[in-house]
Amino acid sequence: MGKTFSTPEVMSDNKTHYCPGCTHGIIHRLVAEAIDELGIRERTVGIAPVGCAVLAYNYFDCDFQEAAHGRAPAMATGIKRVRPDLIVFTYQGDGDLASIGMGEIIHAANRGEKFTAIFVNNAIYGMTGGQMAPTTMPGQRATTAPMGRDTASTGMPIRMANLLGELVTPGYVTRQAVLKPQQVNKAKKAIKKAFEYQVEGKCFSFVEVISTCPTNWGLTPLDSLKWAEDNLLPYYELGDYKVPE
Amino acid sequence: MQTEIKFAGFGGQGILLSAKLLAYAAMKQDYFVAWVPSYGPEMRGGTAYCTVVISDKRIGSPIIKNPSHLVAMNRPSLEKFDQDVKPGGIIMINSSLIPSRSERDDIIELIVPANETAIKAGSVRAANIVALSAFAAKANIVDLDLLKKCVKEEFAAKAKIIPLNMTAFDAGVAIANNS
Amino acid sequence: MAKVLMKGNEAIGEAAIRAGCLNYFAYPITPQSEVAEYLVKRMPEVGGVFLQGESEVAVGYMIFGAAGAGERVMTTSSSPGISLMSEAISYIAAAQVPAVFVNIVRGGPGLGGILPSQGDYFQATKGGGHGDYRLLVLAPDGVQEAVEMTMKAFDLAEKYRGPVMIMGDGMIGQMMEPVEFPEDLKSEPSNKDDWASNGMSTRKSKKRNLVRSLFLDPKELNENNLALKAKYEQMKREEVLFEGYNTDSDYKVLITSYGTMSRVCKTAIDMMKEQGIEIGLLRPKTLFPFPEDAVFSAATKQSCKNVISIEMSMGQMVEDVERVVKGQREVHFYGECGGDIPTPEKIIEVIKELL
Repeated sequence: MGKTFSTPEVMSDNKTHYCPGCTHGIIHRLVAEAIDELGIRERTVGIAPVGCAVLAYNYFDCDFQEAAHGRAPAMATGIKRVRPDLIVFTYQGDGDLASIGMGEIIHAANRGEKFTAIFVNNAIYGMTGGQMAPTTMPGQRATTAPMGRDTASTGMPIRMANLLGELVTPGYVTRQAVLKPQQVNKAKKAIKKAFEYQVEGKCFSFVEVISTCPTNWGLTPLDSLKWAEDNLLPYYELGDYKVPE
Repeated sequence: MQTEIKFAGFGGQGILLSAKLLAYAAMKQDYFVAWVPSYGPEMRGGTAYCTVVISDKRIGSPIIKNPSHLVAMNRPSLEKFDQDVKPGGIIMINSSLIPSRSERDDIIELIVPANETAIKAGSVRAANIVALSAFAAKANIVDLDLLKKCVKEEFAAKAKIIPLNMTAFDAGVAIANNS
Repeated sequence: MAKVLMKGNEAIGEAAIRAGCLNYFAYPITPQSEVAEYLVKRMPEVGGVFLQGESEVAVGYMIFGAAGAGERVMTTSSSPGISLMSEAISYIAAAQVPAVFVNIVRGGPGLGGILPSQGDYFQATKGGGHGDYRLLVLAPDGVQEAVEMTMKAFDLAEKYRGPVMIMGDGMIGQMMEPVEFPEDLKSEPSNKDDWASNGMSTRKSKKRNLVRSLFLDPKELNENNLALKAKYEQMKREEVLFEGYNTDSDYKVLITSYGTMSRVCKTAIDMMKEQGIEIGLLRPKTLFPFPEDAVFSAATKQSCKNVISIEMSMGQMVEDVERVVKGQREVHFYGECGGDIPTPEKIIEVIKELL
């Protein structure tokens, strides 16, 4: 019997710095599998964000650039415009993409830039230590919302996939989760499809992935999965928000 | 020897183009030239002005407070710059739009009904060319045939309006010669 | 090639193409939007890339991304826009990728005005963005020099693998002068296999390239900054450019001035010469590296009693002049900003007070 499970070629052997129970590891792996299966590693350029995945290039063995906070879509635009033959993906969290980088992601999506954005939404700032994100749920506690998010003064959480799905420009926009094995399988398919659209030169592709942050939520990994199921998924509905013709 | 010519008028009167054509012809005659526009909000329908500097040596300051000559296409331009012209210079007045005259007695006045002449030639839009050629004929800074050629080249992409501008050019020269 | 009459802004755009830069990203801002309006037509003719970004912030990173992918790339902007791009400039310096920025300076601070200014000298030469980096800054005094410096900027950016800035003022962008374009240059960075993240398949080593500015290990960060410092020291040795005007005479006053302002000073010097007064001018063509030795020796010439820095600012380069003159002569300053460029007559008046 042959080998049935191994590390994707594009994943390095480095141990990740992510906290126990964090789902970044799963999402990294899904991206890596997609790159391997499409055979695009040698022409792929990843863009690391600022946030927990700032060191993502330590775990992917392919060309990488590292952006300033929120600017990954602009860098991806720069690369993709001058070298359309390269496969470019950004890997961004909710503070990076939905707060400081809101302008860059919306305009990149609206121009139909042909790169892939992986958006990891865990409803909190992770790396900086649990501050409120634009995606933090009403009443959810954060270090900068110690009494819980007060929507009267901070508004409601932003649903990025819904927002980008509203743009008239064609694209692939989907929201997935990695809280259960079935969801992981679906997320895998979505991420691969996103890269496929790029390989075909078809459109901008965006995969939001609902994730967890046990450390900053103050929950065990298992409780985190349940909390996300109960609190995030009803508000952040899974599914495709836009599919190209 | 350095000569500076200020072209002034309303935005849309083709001031910048007249100035550019003069600079272009001077460049073809191997002079050093600079075309210095005013820019900004005044481009939007207000007064537009532009200075051409023509010199036989490298041009130092491109910013000219007192030009040798003035081509005034509307009344505010004449009023604004009349006193700035160096003594002995030419002040060309577009009499179609300017009922007044220079208050100076140490300059040479050149009265040109540029709009009327252009209308006779076929379109008021050529008023800037009438003014340019009349001024150039009077000032004798650049070769007139060469300048006319530059005007023709400028409109190469719009061949239809070349005859209009050629007629306007000749009419402007005639006015200067008869003044 | 024959001379053509061109606006500085358009000539800068054409110069970039002649230098083999086929990638241009920008955001409109007065007084330099003509560069974009020119290149949007020219780039398709040469198979190049033109993109109007959504902000100067984004454009800064489009430049960073394209430069990181090893392609020649340029943007142009004006003062408030350069403030927004300064973040990216800092990252580009740290990540060591070549990119060319053009600043057609307008008055500031804040929205300021749109007329010519030299108020960004500090921003360009002393930082702008954060951290220990320097920007190689070229300051043309007219359209022809703007063309030559733009073309040279790409070579310098690649030689030092970092950001290079052309700093003109609104006058240089808006003015038309005759220009001659030098022969076309090579079209891409020569050494990019070592650093560009443009796909592993393109290089023999098959090793991945990383374009980054994060060095959490203090030793690593220190090493990166030492590498940057070594480049800046090399620039000081190899790239200093300046021009002396009437410096062979026994001048009593030395003017330091650059860009458009220096041309006005030259006219003033010519006018004073006719009156029998000798004044010298030292014009830095590189603002960083600053022509330290040249300014020092011109200032300390025996006949020279006073030095005056004349700028379209409230006094910025004068601090470098004071620094390098080291108290050997009195250093004065005269400047105007807001768009009214000092006239030769005004400069003569100011100089005469020093005699």
